[in-house]
Amino acid sequence: MKVVYLDNNATTRIADEVREAMMPFLTELYGNPSSMHTFGGQVHRHIEVAREQVAALINAEPGEIIFTSCGTESDNTALMSALEFAPQKKHILTTRVEHPAVLNFCKAMYRKGYKITFLPVNKSGRLDLEDLKSSITDDTAVVSIMHANNESGVIFPLNEIADIVKSRGVVLHTDAVQTAGKLPLDVRKLPVDMMSFSGHKIHSPKGVGALYVKRGTRFSPYIIGGHQEGGRRAGTENVASIVGFGKACELAKKYLPDENTKVRALRDRLEQGLLKTCPDSRVNGDVESRLPNTSNISFEFVEGEAILLRLNEYNICASSGSACTSGSLEPSHVLRSMGVPFTMIHGSVRFSLSVNNTDEDIDLVLKIMPGVIKELRELSPYGREVKK
Amino acid sequence: MWEYTDKVRDLFLHPKNVGELEKPDSVGEVGSIVCGDALKLFLKVDKETNRITDATFQTFGCASAIASSSALTEIIKGKTLDEALKVTNQDIADFLGGLPREKMHCSVMGREALEAAVANYRGGKPREAEEGEIICQCYGITDQKIKHVIMENKLRTVEDVTNYTKAGGGCGGCVPEIEKILKEIWSEKIIEEGKPKKRLTNIQKISLIKEIIEKEIRPLLQSDGGDVELVDVDGNIVIVSLRGMCRECLMADVTAKNIEKKLKELVSEELVVEAE
Repeated sequence: MKVVYLDNNATTRIADEVREAMMPFLTELYGNPSSMHTFGGQVHRHIEVAREQVAALINAEPGEIIFTSCGTESDNTALMSALEFAPQKKHILTTRVEHPAVLNFCKAMYRKGYKITFLPVNKSGRLDLEDLKSSITDDTAVVSIMHANNESGVIFPLNEIADIVKSRGVVLHTDAVQTAGKLPLDVRKLPVDMMSFSGHKIHSPKGVGALYVKRGTRFSPYIIGGHQEGGRRAGTENVASIVGFGKACELAKKYLPDENTKVRALRDRLEQGLLKTCPDSRVNGDVESRLPNTSNISFEFVEGEAILLRLNEYNICASSGSACTSGSLEPSHVLRSMGVPFTMIHGSVRFSLSVNNTDEDIDLVLKIMPGVIKELRELSPYGREVKK
Repeated sequence: MWEYTDKVRDLFLHPKNVGELEKPDSVGEVGSIVCGDALKLFLKVDKETNRITDATFQTFGCASAIASSSALTEIIKGKTLDEALKVTNQDIADFLGGLPREKMHCSVMGREALEAAVANYRGGKPREAEEGEIICQCYGITDQKIKHVIMENKLRTVEDVTNYTKAGGGCGGCVPEIEKILKEIWSEKIIEEGKPKKRLTNIQKISLIKEIIEKEIRPLLQSDGGDVELVDVDGNIVIVSLRGMCRECLMADVTAKNIEKKLKELVSEELVVEAE
């Protein structure tokens, strides 16, 4: 049975062109880019091509890109570096809805004596910029605010955020893992100091990421060892994945317009269709300012894991903010921060699309989903509460 | 992704005994929509025999909650209320071929719904419903329930308490209190277990054996139409005489062995039981 993959904010399919670009480095071109001999040394050139491709996606200079192992490493590296250069400052400013890569890093720093401000969001998942303004103090070492949220898809106004933070002279880091390839990004116009990216969210393999560090930003490496990446990130390069990541960025640039037309149209059709055919459902998050590929919908009176496993029978892949799917019994911190009632969080399903999705995919979900919801509601003691 | 057994998957995708019973003799309801799972159990009970003639359910929850509910109804159908009450949450998990540890609370919910339904039938209140002090504010779990589940499943860690009751799984604010409860229960137990058994005098030993046979073993055998009498105690050899059905029974040896097991457990490891 064909897989209908609607979980692209979790990870994506490796593009065929990406895999092809990688193959030589998984077969004959296995040399170490640091080697003196031609056999190894020639590999280095391909890493630099990849660096140019990644830089091009966000209009950065190649020298501003450091390859890492993942988005989490990029986030940790950026924050560590910022703290290192402001040893007398003991305050970190972030939001309640960050990815665990930032959220739990901050909690770890809290245990080491830092003060952390977690900015709240409103019902639609938006930040209050006045709140941001008033929370920056002379003690603030770094501000870390994501560009778009992985669960709700809500986009934060990065331009305005950057203006506020930079007017106070504080280092600004942004986790842009979910926006790369989905929204146009131009770091020349954005006064952001550091920005994190991940390969596997844009059709390259897992295990590779990048950190953009604006020229002139003081930087201290997180992983210490050899001289790789200009001494900014030690460890023998994951050559094949870096090459793949470069190719994926090139493709992402090419397909960027499709995200806002084709993907957005599919997402909207899916969302409108589900809201119409499944009573007592509603969209979570700001529909005005949202990633074009993401739809987070709550189906009341049913539980998310049950929905996902019923969809699984049709090879439809999505995810949920329900406690039962988190592995920790804790319902989504993002939806809770948005004040979504527990009853709605338990029944939340996130669909996240990509350029690979088709009209047939959406047709299948629209055909299957109403029955799944109806059956689970019939199983539930609260089923009768559904408005007739 | 949870590692569910085929049985869990099957009972989730094709649950048995779903829906409301018309004119049920009893209803047991536990959980709430806020907690993320809830189970409503409907029973038909034969008034003469106290036997459960039909059982159905409605469940709001994840795959393992639905499968556990369905398993519960399958297990208790045909049992008397007393027999049904002997079903533990582990029995429900076993019926399903096991549950992931993080999902054991689903089996506990089944057991609770059963207690609630039986209590409802008998006109009483379920054991923990209204008692105790709420420890986990997120999921509304009382200290009574936590203690009971810890004892019944011999839980040792906060993580397990969360897996079995959900307490502590929300904001985590009550984790220190759960730790305290665990400490209270197990240090009590450890003191009990750690107490060296006093060496019994012969007279004490014989009277203890006599008491156990009278109070614990005889009633059991009598209910099966048999009986037993203590004949003599010679050092560590306990000589008994089996009577009634037990005497003719081919299982006489087994019976003697069972008596021995009980006496070893309660009096002394060194005892040997011989039937006359």
